[in-house]
Amino acid sequence: MLETGLIFRALMRNKMGAILIALQIALTMAIMVNAIFMIQDRQQQMKRPSGIDENNTFYLTNTVFAQDHNFQAELQTDLNTLRKTPGIVDAIQINAIPLSGGGWSMSLQHEPGEDKDAIGSALYMVDEHGINTMGLNLIAGENFSQEDIQWRGQGQSTWPPKTIITKAFAAQLFPDDWQTAIGKTFYISQTQPMQIIGIVEALQAPWNGWDGVERSMLVPFQMESSSSYYFIRTEPGKRDKMMPIIEKVLAESNKGRIIRRITTVEDTRKRSYRQHNATNKILTTVVATLTLITSFGIVGLAIFSINRRTKQIGTRRALGATRWQIMRYFMVENFLISTVGVFIGSIGAIGLNMWLVSTFNLTPISFELILFGIVALLIVGQLAVLYPARKAALIAPATATRTI
Amino acid sequence: MFNYYLKIAWISILRHWGLSLLMICAIGLGIGAAMTTITVNYLMSADPIPHKSKQLYYVQLDSWDVNDPFDEGLNPPDQLTFTDTTNLLNAQKAFRQNAQAQANGVIEPNDPELLPMSVSGRANTADFFTMFDVPFIYGSGWTHQADVNKEQVIVLNKVTNDKLFGGEDSVGQTIKLDGNVFKIVGVIDQWQPKPRFYDITTGAFNDSEDIFVPFSMIAEQKIGRSGNTNCWKPSGDGFSAFLVSECIWTQFWVELKTQQDKEEYLTFLNAYVEEQKAYGRFLRPMDNRLSNVMQWLENQEVVADDAKMMMAMSFMFLIVCLLNTVGLLLAKFLGKAPEIGLRQALGASRATLFSQYIIESACIGLAGGLLGLVLAYLGLIGVESLYGDYMQGLATLDSTMMILALVLALISSIVSGIYPTWRACNIQPAQQLKSQ
Repeated sequence: MLETGLIFRALMRNKMGAILIALQIALTMAIMVNAIFMIQDRQQQMKRPSGIDENNTFYLTNTVFAQDHNFQAELQTDLNTLRKTPGIVDAIQINAIPLSGGGWSMSLQHEPGEDKDAIGSALYMVDEHGINTMGLNLIAGENFSQEDIQWRGQGQSTWPPKTIITKAFAAQLFPDDWQTAIGKTFYISQTQPMQIIGIVEALQAPWNGWDGVERSMLVPFQMESSSSYYFIRTEPGKRDKMMPIIEKVLAESNKGRIIRRITTVEDTRKRSYRQHNATNKILTTVVATLTLITSFGIVGLAIFSINRRTKQIGTRRALGATRWQIMRYFMVENFLISTVGVFIGSIGAIGLNMWLVSTFNLTPISFELILFGIVALLIVGQLAVLYPARKAALIAPATATRTI
Repeated sequence: MFNYYLKIAWISILRHWGLSLLMICAIGLGIGAAMTTITVNYLMSADPIPHKSKQLYYVQLDSWDVNDPFDEGLNPPDQLTFTDTTNLLNAQKAFRQNAQAQANGVIEPNDPELLPMSVSGRANTADFFTMFDVPFIYGSGWTHQADVNKEQVIVLNKVTNDKLFGGEDSVGQTIKLDGNVFKIVGVIDQWQPKPRFYDITTGAFNDSEDIFVPFSMIAEQKIGRSGNTNCWKPSGDGFSAFLVSECIWTQFWVELKTQQDKEEYLTFLNAYVEEQKAYGRFLRPMDNRLSNVMQWLENQEVVADDAKMMMAMSFMFLIVCLLNTVGLLLAKFLGKAPEIGLRQALGASRATLFSQYIIESACIGLAGGLLGLVLAYLGLIGVESLYGDYMQGLATLDSTMMILALVLALISSIVSGIYPTWRACNIQPAQQLKSQ
């Protein structure tokens, strides 16, 4: 286009306004691209499946305070009651809840010994109903049998000889082929052998921010502990109805304990990712307001420059310029400014990302996102200038003949 | 003169109300966003015990695995073993010392009408209350003698006392905790340090505890312990084996009056570790640390990454808003070129014009600052409702923050006004008059 050079020279005569707009666009782009990147990153984290049947499960804390009690008998009674209740699919006692933030971790190592490398994993103590209650998908090997389940006394340091682990954990132990983990023996607590008898597709650890969140192991233990969780799975759609019933049944069956913190797994997930959600909402608001402010800035400055040039525009019109040509002038002008802006903005976005990567351990940004930012801001610029440009196009040719 | 300039500014703002509104909104949004995040960061990094935070020290000893250092060797473990805490406590080398761990239990109220209740607890030694300036409504903390004699005494917080005794003075009465009878020696008033500096291992912004009992109650198994436990070496079976294990789950604070006391205490710690090395412990290189409250909070990165990142983002946001304001002011002032030319021709000096337009910018800035305060207030409510418990009490505007908001708005609007004003003052009167 021939007039591009003309527009550029006209811009150079009044640089400051254009520079300010370009800088605004650049900063907006740097922030926008990085914010969107962080939002996507968090969304991806939140999307990871926990491996559990989240819609139909809940749990509660059972705290025994009476002094003379028989842990083993009481647990068996409770579990029998729960499992027989209509509407309940299955129930277990467990030491920790996925994504809840609190739990237990242990490491497995290929060889026994103090100075051998070990890989950490979340540890869940369950019985043979564990897989069914949580709704896990056993993809290789077998479940625990009733004979595998041991009682774990308080402070006990020995471990049962069998375990079921997640696919992600198996893949970490056997990077070549996770399936070969079945039947292999590893060492827990540095020296105690433990054989992998099964692999489940997924089961997340209690800590969502941990890089090993997909590594979990099931251990066939029932705990003689004054405080533990009961994890319960209901028939589809019956969870909310069953929760108060179960709470009442348990509380009334034994007065020497407290049943508290009855919570759905869905709520636990929500709570677990509450910060993620909040940050995402704030970032979204920031991006939206920022884009709005920048476009208002474009509108404001364009209107002023048009007002200042009313007479010149009128003259051009009088000399035969069409409305479209006037509009095009301002749109091309904005396009030139925006191009400079997004160019600086791309550098800024990468710079900001590098700083975020080094300060907050984020991952580097993708090229597509920068491209998206460029296109988005060019479009925003064009849309913002549309209204002032239309206003300019409506200036009558007769204006040229007026003095003021 | 000043009043006259204010009047002129007011007229000018009203005449271009659309543009003025746009600028006020831009500054308001920028200040609002910046203040929201500054406030959260400010409260997260606040000194929870300002008058003595430099005299309270958190003790760290590197008792960890020689093959696999804690925190990749950057920092010693964040807690101590029970063995070390007990030894340091018994040595009594500091002005005050507090051994502590998190605990929990179930209280069976004496009143049969009330249901048993689960309480969060802390097992600590007598100095806890004096070191951390815990306020009491009734009674006081227990004595050193009570620690030594392993007396079953307890301090309740206000909420628990309200629940159990309807808020009355319960000192001297007993309660049943986990089946054991404890004698109440004190009730503490509302006390919620933010951050909860004395124990940040389970979250820096958690609530303070419902009950406090002597540290010895854990070893005596009169109360169950909770909180984080971290082990590198397998321990034997049973609780007594656990107590002598290398697992870390206790914390130790000392109060030291002077720099010299601190150096002496560090020397003592080094000598202690040397001595323990003889028993085959502490195989890692010596790395004993004493961190005062603020150093400890910083070391443990109490200010969340999210909060810092948001603050950086909001400052960039503010810059965009200011660039916006500069552009709009420029447009506005240059649009007044004929008027400026006329005034100059009539004898207005550059200094007069300069102060006049700077005052106009400042007025816009102040209005923007007020709007920003309202937005920051709303923003903080939003932040609190989005983040929930995590941000509880971290989202309030105090007077310092309000003044800061207005000052920030004023400074940024004056700074953004400088260039446009300078340009306006350099307008050639002759040219302007000619074109009219």
